[in-house]
Amino acid sequence: MIRLNGWSAIVILAAIGIFLAYGGARALGEVGFWTLVTGSEWYPTIAAPRFGFVPLLIGSAAVTITAIFLSMPVSLAAAVFISEFANKRFKEVAKSIIEFMAAVPSVVYGLIGIAVVVPWVKEAFNLDSGLNAMSGAIVLAFMIAPTIVSISEDALHAVPNDLRQGSLALGNTRWQTTYKVVLPSASSGVLAAVMLGMGRAIGETMAVLMLTGNAARIPGSLFESVRTITGTIAAEMGNVVQGGLHQSVLFTLGLVLFAITFLINLVADLVLEKQRRRWRR
Amino acid sequence: MNRIKRARTVQTVAVAITGAAAAFIIAAALFLFVYIVVRGAPAISWEFLTDVPRKQMKEGGILPAIVGTLALTLGTAAFALPIGVAAGIYLSEYAPRGRSTRLIRLAISNMAGVPSIVYGLFGLALFVILLDLGKSILAGALTLACLTLPVIITATEEALRQIPSDLRQASLALGATRWRTIYRIVLPAAAPGIVTGSILGLSRAAGETAPILFTAAVYYKRQMPDSVFADVMVLPYHIFILATQVTGRPDDIIWGTALVLVGGVTAISVAAATWRSIQRRKVRW
Amino acid sequence: MVTAQSHAGKGSFDLHDVSVTYGSETAIAGVSMHIEPNAVTALIGPSGCGKSTLLRCLNRMNDELGNAKVAGRILLDGVDVYDKEYDPVELRTKVGQVFQKPNPFPMTIYDNVAYGPRTQGIRKRSDLDALVERSLTRAALWGEVKKDLKKHAFELSGGQQQRVCIARALATEPEVLLMDEPASSLDPISTQQIEDTIAELKEYVTIVIVTHNMQQAARISDKTAFMLRESMEEPAFLVEVGETRTMFTNPGDKRTEAYITGRFG
Repeated sequence: MIRLNGWSAIVILAAIGIFLAYGGARALGEVGFWTLVTGSEWYPTIAAPRFGFVPLLIGSAAVTITAIFLSMPVSLAAAVFISEFANKRFKEVAKSIIEFMAAVPSVVYGLIGIAVVVPWVKEAFNLDSGLNAMSGAIVLAFMIAPTIVSISEDALHAVPNDLRQGSLALGNTRWQTTYKVVLPSASSGVLAAVMLGMGRAIGETMAVLMLTGNAARIPGSLFESVRTITGTIAAEMGNVVQGGLHQSVLFTLGLVLFAITFLINLVADLVLEKQRRRWRR
Repeated sequence: MNRIKRARTVQTVAVAITGAAAAFIIAAALFLFVYIVVRGAPAISWEFLTDVPRKQMKEGGILPAIVGTLALTLGTAAFALPIGVAAGIYLSEYAPRGRSTRLIRLAISNMAGVPSIVYGLFGLALFVILLDLGKSILAGALTLACLTLPVIITATEEALRQIPSDLRQASLALGATRWRTIYRIVLPAAAPGIVTGSILGLSRAAGETAPILFTAAVYYKRQMPDSVFADVMVLPYHIFILATQVTGRPDDIIWGTALVLVGGVTAISVAAATWRSIQRRKVRW
Repeated sequence: MVTAQSHAGKGSFDLHDVSVTYGSETAIAGVSMHIEPNAVTALIGPSGCGKSTLLRCLNRMNDELGNAKVAGRILLDGVDVYDKEYDPVELRTKVGQVFQKPNPFPMTIYDNVAYGPRTQGIRKRSDLDALVERSLTRAALWGEVKKDLKKHAFELSGGQQQRVCIARALATEPEVLLMDEPASSLDPISTQQIEDTIAELKEYVTIVIVTHNMQQAARISDKTAFMLRESMEEPAFLVEVGETRTMFTNPGDKRTEAYITGRFG
């Protein structure tokens, strides 16, 4: 009985895959997986609808990659400081503040993005509208910072102290020790942290939906409106005919998203597990 | 000597840069908090918390959304707690070391990374359509329970692991069965950790929007829910609607709603974490 | 009312060619000995010689370690406790254990001592009260704690905690009490108190105690068994067992003599 509960995670994970595929069965049959994934036009509601995922995939990729690019340097530096240079008190305070940051609901990030980031982007880059990939990416960068900071901090923290002392005893400074010994030792954990942050960014829905403008076309630059995978599902699923083709296509889109994040998380978890085993003696 | 001097300078610069990064992130978090409080506080009044929305949501309060969020969260707890705690017990106390257990652990951490919108689709397909629960508290709570499960399992397992094996052995040596040892000795000792971890997970579920978009949340509803099959207004969805769909609304209402949501979630989390640290200080292994 | 059970004459162990393996490693091999009822038997030997492992065979606590396998026969009053039909849970109500470090449960003194009886289904308040009082008395703690039985066990001193653990083990009215270096984490005064307690206890139970303190073994035990592991490649074995007085004054084996006189270990 209790064993059954133990297996619940596997059951649910499998069920998610099965039900998304089941929901998407009609689209996969009528339109075909390849046509969906390579189609470059997304006009789901016209008389002869076009269901091409490419604009959405590019939208998600643009926002995610930009967010990672913005968030990674700052988050990693912060993790290094918290793990290697900060005193215990600062560490505890910083950790609980960052935990708060992770607990703020996605819609609230979206709201603050509308109030603060969108006007700023519009002003700073002299645009007609601030609702674009850049605004989404900036807010996302803050949203994924807690993930990257806390997981890479854990990885740095897990490096045994004898390694640090060994390096310090050789006449290295704390910083030299950090980048010559600690960071390389923790590199796979840091990589996993960035990957998990990326998984989070791709899957993030509400804030992105509220900030990117949601035009479903292939953008020419980061300052154009984009529509992400998640935003599309969230915005359109409420207005479809139950059992209709459009609904089925959206399930397929969900399946694609699930597959992407599943793979990213799987690789990151395997990397983390390997890292953990390394320091276990 | 020169080399050492240079290394010192580099060290100082490195500490300054990384310190600035840490300070920047912390400042951003504090800004977030202060901003929500400052903009939301003017709207908070007894009327705001206890009245229904009026005039196309441009006036009135948010009571239905508060009630809806509470109902959904309690429903989530009702499903996720028993399964999550049981799974945590299984992993910590019963699971053999081996491939299947490793697979379970991988599945749990993978589940934690599944996008919330995907849970929403899953809930729509399974609970709303296939099980025909419709858009309802029940369907939403089941969906959110799936999303919260990994947090509760992990919290339970970690809390159980911190209980010294001495205690288990002492109980077994007195002729107690494995199960009695767990529910009389190990679980009570681990309770603070389990409860706090679960509350943190549940308070996060309370702030989710994407999973309940298609499974529980409605745009506007004045009546309070009268059964688990009713659909409800919820705070996060209300914020979304106010921010994107309602034109000409006063900013007060939307920031007030955000403050209620963030403040409630934060207050409960802080209270839970404080309680745990008090409990921990009381009992030191 | 639960009457005080007398186990006089019960609680004797007979070990026949007992060996324990962890995975592929054999920890102890070929131990055969008789443990007398209502006497104190000390297991001595250098650290790592399998004393605790042997002790844990007697109440099948090795079962809980997952990969330990016990071969040979262990008879409690003539009954094979490793028989497939024999329930280890039942065995442990007859064979109690006190651990190296005091490990009271995070609850009151009363609840700690009453834990075993409650496990056995004793619910009546008056029965439990009587058992708690008797067990604490036998563990020489009653006088100190009778006024605050509702006190959390963690608030007691280390020595008091260990005596709570002894009382807790006694409350199930076991025939045998296993003690794994019960005083090793305690100060000298607490150690003295525990030793005094042990001397009194053999009236009620058979005691098997692991100790690395030879003076302690000489002071408190009637019989002494000396175990030894000669190298890491070989399993530990029983060198000899006999009357404590004889072992310490006129040991039969040179290795025993060497150990007792402090030449190794």
